[in-house]
Amino acid sequence: MNENTSGKRVTSIACLVAGVVCLVMALYLDFMAGKDLDIFFLGFKLSGIRGAALVVGALLVLAGLYNYPTETHHRNIINFIFLFPLLFTFAVTVIIPLILGIGYSFTDWDGIRIKEFVGLSNYARAIHQPAFIYSILLTAGFVIVNMILVNVVAFLLALLCSSKLRGVGFFRAAYFLPNLIGGIVLGYIWQFAFSKVLVNFTGALFNYPYSILSDTKLAFMGIIVVYVWQYAGYIMLIYITGLNTVPREVIEAAAIDGANAVDTLFRIKIPMIASTITICSFLTLTNAFKMFDVNLALTGGNGTVTDFMGSRLTNGTEMLALNIYTTAINQNDYSLGQAKAVMFFIILTAVSILQVKVTSSREVEA
Amino acid sequence: MNTEPKTSTKVISFIVATCIALYILFPFYLVVVNACKAPMYITESPVSMNGVSISQLFSNLNDVIHNVHFQFWYAFGSSVVITVVSLVLLALFGGMAAWVICRNKTVWSTVIYFAFISSMIIPFQAVMLALISTFRDAGNFVGIAMLRSIPGTIFAYCGFGGAMTVFILNGFIKGIPYELEEAASIDGCPPEQIFFRVILPLLKPVIVTVSILNGMWIWNDYLLPSLLLGSNSAVKTLPVAIQSFVGSFVTQWNLILAAALLTITPMVIIFLFAQKQIIAGMVDGAIK
Repeated sequence: MNENTSGKRVTSIACLVAGVVCLVMALYLDFMAGKDLDIFFLGFKLSGIRGAALVVGALLVLAGLYNYPTETHHRNIINFIFLFPLLFTFAVTVIIPLILGIGYSFTDWDGIRIKEFVGLSNYARAIHQPAFIYSILLTAGFVIVNMILVNVVAFLLALLCSSKLRGVGFFRAAYFLPNLIGGIVLGYIWQFAFSKVLVNFTGALFNYPYSILSDTKLAFMGIIVVYVWQYAGYIMLIYITGLNTVPREVIEAAAIDGANAVDTLFRIKIPMIASTITICSFLTLTNAFKMFDVNLALTGGNGTVTDFMGSRLTNGTEMLALNIYTTAINQNDYSLGQAKAVMFFIILTAVSILQVKVTSSREVEA
Repeated sequence: MNTEPKTSTKVISFIVATCIALYILFPFYLVVVNACKAPMYITESPVSMNGVSISQLFSNLNDVIHNVHFQFWYAFGSSVVITVVSLVLLALFGGMAAWVICRNKTVWSTVIYFAFISSMIIPFQAVMLALISTFRDAGNFVGIAMLRSIPGTIFAYCGFGGAMTVFILNGFIKGIPYELEEAASIDGCPPEQIFFRVILPLLKPVIVTVSILNGMWIWNDYLLPSLLLGSNSAVKTLPVAIQSFVGSFVTQWNLILAAALLTITPMVIIFLFAQKQIIAGMVDGAIK
């Protein structure tokens, strides 16, 4: 037992020492790498392996910690090792970029370096840009229309699919199918459907031989159609689960008391699935807000608005998420894009907190 | 009591359901039919079966697969590697983190938990620009390529998927009786083995749920890989490859739809085999 512990202690300390040596060497090389001072060791250029040294060093330190023979702190060491991987990735990909991003929005950041602090001028530029205001309003309209349409359609589909229907499994799967496919592919499929197939029908029926995507208002409706088509099946599944939790006895009791189908729906089913409605409206709200892929692939945000706040716009179907992307990536204005992104974040947070408060207060009343 | 609906109602709802299904499946029909046509037949009649031939399908698929902008097998392979490795790491690291957070009721575990939960509201747009520069700078500094690399993308997915994974797993671990762990501990089982031998096997069903949710997101995601990999890079995922392919071939619909068919097919096949799990997983994930 004693020998075992001392053996473990030796390996543990060896691992720790080797790990720390690797880490220090890697960090030293990191700082030297920028200064063109390459160190050669047995003919190898050491700066080439500094990444590997860092990873190996970190693993060795973790292995050393794991083998360290201690009764009292073992649990804490395990807790640390178990939390470390996820917390580290989370910090590097979410927390640090979020903090840096908020900071960058107050500077003249160009994606690579910062020259000076500019205060709120990026925000002022964003607010005075008609195209940005337009896309906020467009997004708001899209979110409201979508929340209502997706929820109503999904609820009706759920009623249909939870009634006694032949082949109900097939229908559920078929309605859910569009949700499996990514927005980019969907966008192109529908672009084909609108501009190559629907044209023939509108041409024959309404004498309108143009693609609906070439008209700004119709294209906006096209985006809504595609989004409802993609999303309703998923929300339907959640409503079906909600409807299944309504006890059969309650519905039967209502039927005995003489309630018809409409009464049962509005007085019993809808109040009893209030929590499902909260979840579904939250999901549709946040997802409609963040809609990007379909927008990019279907219309690319194009569309003409002849007069909005006194200027002519060419981004007639561009939602907020796409507007941020084009500002930063296509127009290469990173600090403006970042300021818009921060505003997007604040609006989304405020609206979703408000939404949850409103719908869950209804829940209590019901 | 009259709980059994009338036959006429049944027939009407069946007809309605069929019409809706036809509408929903119609775009898929368009993809399949037009991927089997030569361009002239598509302009002539995109809806009818006129000009559909298997040999044309193979020639379209062949053109797509060997297109320099698309490089189907390469993109498919990258997508598979990124999705599978991210799912495995998320399930493992997520389970480990959720277990530690759930079983230690201290200030720091609560802080970490709330940091994860509140991060779920952050839209990707708010962090994406700084993410690119952080990855570029950190990668240059330590000498590991984080941009334009598969490991960098997997790293990002672990970071962004972590919050939801921990949230769902945490809810499940709460329901596992603590007595199980105490018993194992009294029998001399060290904590890391309690996790791997007792907890992890019990987590199997909820790991399936989490992996379905994460898998659908990662496989279909466009924005993150397009930013981290870049649209001209040699490494592409399928959605990024489709986007750069269409960008160069806007008018050749037979090829675009053949590419769409190639991208859709793996998902549809998986769905046909694991329909129940996928539907249950999507619903569970939303409700929790």
